[in-house]
Amino acid sequence: MATLRDWLIDDSPASPMQARLGRLYRILGALMHNPLAVVGAIIIVALILAALFAPWLATHDPLRQALAERLLPPSAAHWMGTDELGRDIWSRVVYGARITLVIVALVAVLAAPAGLIIGVVSGYCGGWVDRVLMGITDIFLSLPKLILALAFVAALGPGIENAIIAIAITSWPGYARVARAETLTFKNSEFIAAVRLLGASSLRVNLGHVLPLCTSSMIIRVTLDMAGIILTAAGLGFIGLGAQPPLPEWGAMISRGRSFILDQWWVATMPGFAIILVSLGFCFLGDGLRDVLDPKSGEQR
Amino acid sequence: MANDSTTTVAGPARRRGAIGSGHRRLVAAAGFLVTLAVTFLGLLAITFFIGRIVPIDPVLAVVGDRAPAAVYERVRVEMGLDRPLTTQFASYVGDVLTGNFGTSVSTGRPVLEDLARVFPATLEMATLGIIIGVLLGVPLGVIAASRRGSWLDQAIRVVGLLGYSVPAFWLGLVGLAVFYARLNWVGGPGRVEIFLDGLVQPVTGLLLIDSIIAGDWEVFGNAAWHLILPASCLGFFSLAYIARMTRSFMLDQLSQEYVTTARVKGVPERLVIWRHAFRPIRVPLITVIGLSYAGLLEGSVMIETIFSWPGIGNYLTVALLNADMSAVLGSTLVVGAVFIGINKISDVLYRVLDPRAR
Repeated sequence: MATLRDWLIDDSPASPMQARLGRLYRILGALMHNPLAVVGAIIIVALILAALFAPWLATHDPLRQALAERLLPPSAAHWMGTDELGRDIWSRVVYGARITLVIVALVAVLAAPAGLIIGVVSGYCGGWVDRVLMGITDIFLSLPKLILALAFVAALGPGIENAIIAIAITSWPGYARVARAETLTFKNSEFIAAVRLLGASSLRVNLGHVLPLCTSSMIIRVTLDMAGIILTAAGLGFIGLGAQPPLPEWGAMISRGRSFILDQWWVATMPGFAIILVSLGFCFLGDGLRDVLDPKSGEQR
Repeated sequence: MANDSTTTVAGPARRRGAIGSGHRRLVAAAGFLVTLAVTFLGLLAITFFIGRIVPIDPVLAVVGDRAPAAVYERVRVEMGLDRPLTTQFASYVGDVLTGNFGTSVSTGRPVLEDLARVFPATLEMATLGIIIGVLLGVPLGVIAASRRGSWLDQAIRVVGLLGYSVPAFWLGLVGLAVFYARLNWVGGPGRVEIFLDGLVQPVTGLLLIDSIIAGDWEVFGNAAWHLILPASCLGFFSLAYIARMTRSFMLDQLSQEYVTTARVKGVPERLVIWRHAFRPIRVPLITVIGLSYAGLLEGSVMIETIFSWPGIGNYLTVALLNADMSAVLGSTLVVGAVFIGINKISDVLYRVLDPRAR
């Protein structure tokens, strides 16, 4: 074990792979010293595990209705009680983790690379390309995200796929801004000039050297944005424009529990706790990642 | 030009400087107006685009799906849908600029009229929300920064992060269940009790102010009683953001050398914090408060749905569920425009108030 550690923290790594693994090791080590980040990481790992092993964690079928058992309070048989159709809320919350994870992952996969490419192109090309791309970005940034997503979903039609597209459309501009700022700081540095002198094409410079340098700030930004994405998706579900019944989406579940909030409080509150927990997890981890990867800008935001 | 006559006395060097800065300010103002116009145009382009991607054929919606091809074609031309997109966009911009937002399918009234009626309710709630947010958020941020690392700081930090993690609609629901249904400390959904509704002549549309004008204290009390919970929910979100930003601005200042100097001189800690460190952060805080205020107008969508608050958020949700696109796009435009407006105003205020940014 000690030798592996020595190999990882070696000051003069023999291969790029060793250097990369060593960096990862140092980052993880620093994260472990940040209690909030550890809590956040545990929450997110729990979310992923819940999504993966939902059939085993759930005590009931999330869609099975049992009208005889409707609106039961939390008990040993139903850990979070049952809803108005007698479905087990704990099982629905567990299966809901899958939906949340899919939404969050797809938005990140759609929006982050789009923003990254736009930002890098904008920063690297400069001139009118930069002005046009950043103009568009700024317009999107200056608009209210939630309202824009709502309008897009209204136009595209309700449903989880359209909700994902709408959220992705509203979240790329932040990433474009970050990527452009990063690109500008690297663009004129000596190692980029050296790569260019070696005859590398613009494409190669960007893909091989600029893009990888932007990733750490992108990861921070994406992690910090996750809470907002979850809240927007839940909001769309709550209004009835996101995931459609009978899907156990957390926002939609709260919306159904709304009518019972006074007497059967657990129907609406339980999925809410799930949303808060997962969002907090992403916030904690994002904060921690920023402290570790980007100590300069810590305390901002 | 008045600038010229006053500065002639001061000599050529000073004069050149004055003209230079006046000129620069003019250019900056023009540039600002251009960005503002481009941003608004961008907003219009987006709403126009959203209106185009609606899968419902607007002609079919008018003529019905059994109409003969000739009728269909005639209506299509009448609606201007045969013209090129750029022409359609130009006429859309013209319509919006002249206040023609179309007619709402669900209310049957012009969208602009509807919006003018519902907007004050949202404004009233968001304004009280931001007041709560500033009054609590700024002191909390300052306290957190001055006791960095203490349990109080950690607690405030967690509250700040909760502001990013709690769904607004959930907070509203739980608030209603606890403070209205269980404790009966506050009024329930709606702006006033039904039997008081419509008693006060709307002047500003802000019920609190209207009831003062009318001298009807019963309505005033009841409106405040109903307003306090939704406004507090909104206030929580701005509190979280403002406290977080205040803390980080204060930490920046407290690490400066002048603070150390003041402490070494023996200035009491309370004065160091409020008289020395707090002063320079007032200007960036204005920007933060502006951003937060704009965010509240948006956040009110969810809160209004929960509290049956007859504001723009509620109007928008009803329109969304009825696929009433004129109303949806009209509300999007108005909220977007207000959002942009507040953002730009706080930007300008920052530049005017901070001598370094001039």
